[in-house]
Amino acid sequence: MMFLLPMLIAAAPLAEPPVEAPAPAQTEAPVDWDKEFGVVRKERDPVTGEIPVDPYVQGDANAGARPYSGDGLARAFGGQAGIRRITDRALELSEADPRIKAIFEEHDMVRLRRTLFEQVCYLLNAGCTYTGRDMKTAHKGLGTTRADLNALVENLQRAMREARVSFAAQNRLLAKLAPMDRDVTER
Amino acid sequence: MRKSLVRLAVACSMGTLISSTPAAARDLVSFDSGKLILTNGITTIEGSGGGGLATWATISGMGTNRAFGVSAHVTGVELPDFRLDTHGIAIGIRDRVELAYARQNFNTRQVGAALGLGRGFQFNQDILSAKVRLAGDLVYGPAWLPQVSIGVEHKRSLDAAIVRAVGARSSAGTDFTVSATKLFLGASVLANATVRVTKANQFGLLGFGGDKHGAGSAGRSVQFEGSLAYMLSRRLVVGGEWRTRPDNLGIAREDDAKDLFAAWAVTRNVTVTAAYVDVGSVATFAGQRGGLLSLQVAY
Ligand code: HEM
Repeated sequence: MMFLLPMLIAAAPLAEPPVEAPAPAQTEAPVDWDKEFGVVRKERDPVTGEIPVDPYVQGDANAGARPYSGDGLARAFGGQAGIRRITDRALELSEADPRIKAIFEEHDMVRLRRTLFEQVCYLLNAGCTYTGRDMKTAHKGLGTTRADLNALVENLQRAMREARVSFAAQNRLLAKLAPMDRDVTER
Repeated sequence: MRKSLVRLAVACSMGTLISSTPAAARDLVSFDSGKLILTNGITTIEGSGGGGLATWATISGMGTNRAFGVSAHVTGVELPDFRLDTHGIAIGIRDRVELAYARQNFNTRQVGAALGLGRGFQFNQDILSAKVRLAGDLVYGPAWLPQVSIGVEHKRSLDAAIVRAVGARSSAGTDFTVSATKLFLGASVLANATVRVTKANQFGLLGFGGDKHGAGSAGRSVQFEGSLAYMLSRRLVVGGEWRTRPDNLGIAREDDAKDLFAAWAVTRNVTVTAAYVDVGSVATFAGQRGGLLSLQVAY
């Protein structure tokens, strides 16, 4: 009904200024719904801006594949700066992609941006260690499908294309990621 | 008051639960066009998913493992003395099963007159095929595990009297195929190998089995088809194919068929293929080399 008020005022310009409706009396204490439903909100780390995850054993093996040797691919991707632009862009595209954006909602994209960069940088032998979780643990319960994976690959391809990475070099990265399909998709 | 609020909150949080698992909503969607561009392959002149000449282990259509796919194609092959036109449709079910129909019209032009069939005589053939993916994936999974499929192609010549007159045993036949296909991403190379058990003469257009190897021979033989292709970009692939063929007819030698092709995904759903094709000798007319043009629309 509140939305009618401006119309009433406009229709009766000479009427008395309307009296503010009294605020409803606070009869009950405000309910902490997070507490009601047992939701534990983890605070973001003030330094990294990331939400802590359950403890896990760190190691490069979590990256899911052995890295390339030599520096050819690192150079093809424009070094660490180039890789970071590409992984950030791929995630930016995915968060805006109507096919898959819902999957990323409510997830810690600060952490994902860091770990995805680390993983790609590690696999391309561009001088990083991977500190994230293994692929199976990280994607457990997301319910992602083959079509979702293809959508993500397309976004990564677009990011690499925009960064002018040659198609052959793009495929070298995809060759490392493709065998992970069973760990990152569920159906 | 308090109770109904709780109910409301529960309903809301269930709402977000449902919407945060979008796959649940997408279960009902039957077409997702979700394959990566070009990974659906094109359509062979026999209507099954593959290259132009060789059947591949791929399943037609752009649907992924939770969806349907469908594709339609028209192909023309222009040879010095003949012209082959094919068209057909295929459906893919959950990227697992492919069912296809194709029609081949083979125009003999002047050769028809020379053979006493009449100028422009056409051999026609219907092909119904089915293919099942048994294991592996073209793109994903271990690099050493190709996508492996088995298939049947049932072919019926519509010119029974004439194909028997040229020496074929039968006007209908069934081919069995086993295909292994893999995209080796590290090298941007697609490789396919197919073994085909067949009696077909000139793909079946000249019937099945023959008189060349004596009355006791069924004419069934094991043939090989290979394809090797290089991906130049997401949309453009070039390659070549080789297909060995039976040689059953006493009146005419049959050669291996080969092609060099370029396939271009104009859009996600439209692929145009141009090829140089060499099918050797056809009905005593040697040196049948020419051009193939194919259009495929797939969802
Ligand atoms: C081979 C393909 C993929 C790779 C290499 C990959 C890589 C990663 C990495 C490195 C992480 C972070 C691990 C950590 O937090 O310790 C992650 C998490 C995540 N990935 Fe993927 N991913 C892939 C496929 C996908 C797909 C297809 C989707 C959905 C469209 C997806 C959605 C997510 C989400 C939502 C998270 C955050 C999970 C959480 O917050 O706990 N990923 N992925």
